[in-house]
Amino acid sequence: MYATNYHRASSVEEAVNLLKSGDDAKFVSGGQTLIPTMKQRLAAPSDLVDLRHIDAMKGISIDGVQVTIGAATTHAEVASSAELAGVCAAICSLAAHIGDPAVRHMGTIGGSVANNDPAADYPAAVLGLDAQVRTSKRTIDAADFFNGMFDTALEEDEVITAITFQAPEKAAYVKYPNPASRYAMCGVFAARLKDGSVRVAITGAGNDGVFRHTEMEEALAADWSPAAIASCSVDEGDMLSDIHGDSAYRANLVRVIAKRAVEAAA
Amino acid sequence: MSKVSMTVNGKTVEREVEDRMLLVEFLREELNLTGTHVGCDTSQCGACVVHVDGKAVKSCTQLAVQASGCEVVTIEGLATGGDLHPMQAAFKENHGLQCGFCTPGMIMTAVDLVNRVGAGNLDEKTIRENLEGNICRCTGYHNIVRSIEAGAKAMA
Ligand SMILES: Cc1cc2nc3c(=O)[nH]c(=O)nc-3n(C[C@H](O)[C@H](O)[C@H](O)COP(=O)(O)OP(=O)(O)OC[C@H]3O[C@@H](n4cnc5c(N)ncnc54)[C@H](O)[C@@H]3O)c2cc1C
Ligand code: FES
Ligand code: FES
Repeated sequence: MYATNYHRASSVEEAVNLLKSGDDAKFVSGGQTLIPTMKQRLAAPSDLVDLRHIDAMKGISIDGVQVTIGAATTHAEVASSAELAGVCAAICSLAAHIGDPAVRHMGTIGGSVANNDPAADYPAAVLGLDAQVRTSKRTIDAADFFNGMFDTALEEDEVITAITFQAPEKAAYVKYPNPASRYAMCGVFAARLKDGSVRVAITGAGNDGVFRHTEMEEALAADWSPAAIASCSVDEGDMLSDIHGDSAYRANLVRVIAKRAVEAAA
Repeated sequence: MSKVSMTVNGKTVEREVEDRMLLVEFLREELNLTGTHVGCDTSQCGACVVHVDGKAVKSCTQLAVQASGCEVVTIEGLATGGDLHPMQAAFKENHGLQCGFCTPGMIMTAVDLVNRVGAGNLDEKTIRENLEGNICRCTGYHNIVRSIEAGAKAMA
């Protein structure tokens, strides 16, 4: 790892100011993506601004159907929140299957969403729940947030402070993990929202990061059943292709996993 | 450089270290606590698992400065006096190790699991799921799972 300078912020405002400390400063939250990347020398931030000690960015609050998850809330905290499970068990189960227990004790929802890894789990939930990404500057709709692989609408000095969404009428996330890394080869978040609209958000499979499948959404709006989407088309040309699975394999996987998600949320 | 202070196995330690120093390097190189191992460069093997503020984490995937102010327990901190911790004794009793390289991380993960889930709720499936982040090149895992079952009972 290359040399770096560490700073600990105790408020969002302080974090944004501390980011000006160096010419290539970066936020660090759980560090479960950034530290491995730095160890590989694939990232070499001049400064690190630690977000984990900002109380305002931690914890889960539920007000009726409105859910707010602080960006520095760990995967383990989301996985084990009984209150959250009461209104949206799908996101708890998603968090419970990220990486392993040690990763879940450190990794945070804000870090995962900011990173937008094409095989990460949370982006599917954020898009599938039609969530809002609250930042130090504004509130961004999920639809406008993800810009393809590892790219988001975030500016350099913009901190995600929370993820907010309305509890869905029903939802499920099903992931087919890569047998070695456990990241998603394909993960589908299927939800019927309180306004009756349907979302099918897919991670791990697309060659441009997380995406919605509108044909499946329309079919499910008319008939919420695995059979309703059995004949939906998935374009191989839009799929990832790598040593773990080619695009034809992934296109089929999307259909299979989507059916399982619909069944799980029945 | 930053001043890092933390409690490690009950003792307060303070050192001036480079900000890029990993917690595992701090434990091994500054404190000579070489029970915590490094088995990979990719944060995947779990040989380095220690407890920070009571939670199992990979000490190779956080900086020492990030853990400043925290309570850290390593494999060296489990035994009391000359007596092995029940989980350590169970690994010995059930042939839960061969070369022993992965064992410190396995045991720290196992103790965290029992603390989190409770000894009474540990079935084989739960144990195997919770070993997702701990890789063993020798044992084939069966005896590790058996050791954790026995260690959990002994901890109850
Ligand atoms: C062994 C292993 C297995 C894993 N398996 C999975 C898996 O199965 N599924 C999965 O989805 N993920 C997996 N992960 C990744 C893990 O979920 C990370 O925790 C997550 O991707 C990043 O969150 P973090 O808090 O650790 O972020 P960090 O590593 O601290 O940061 C990641 C990036 O986001 C930026 N950032 C962090 N927080 C904020 C914020 N609040 N606002 C703006 N920018 C921010 C940082 O600057 C950095 O660029 C795995 C990781 C490991 C090491
Ligand atoms: S050394 Fe930490 S996970 Fe391998
Ligand atoms: S006992 Fe040798 S690696 Fe596990």
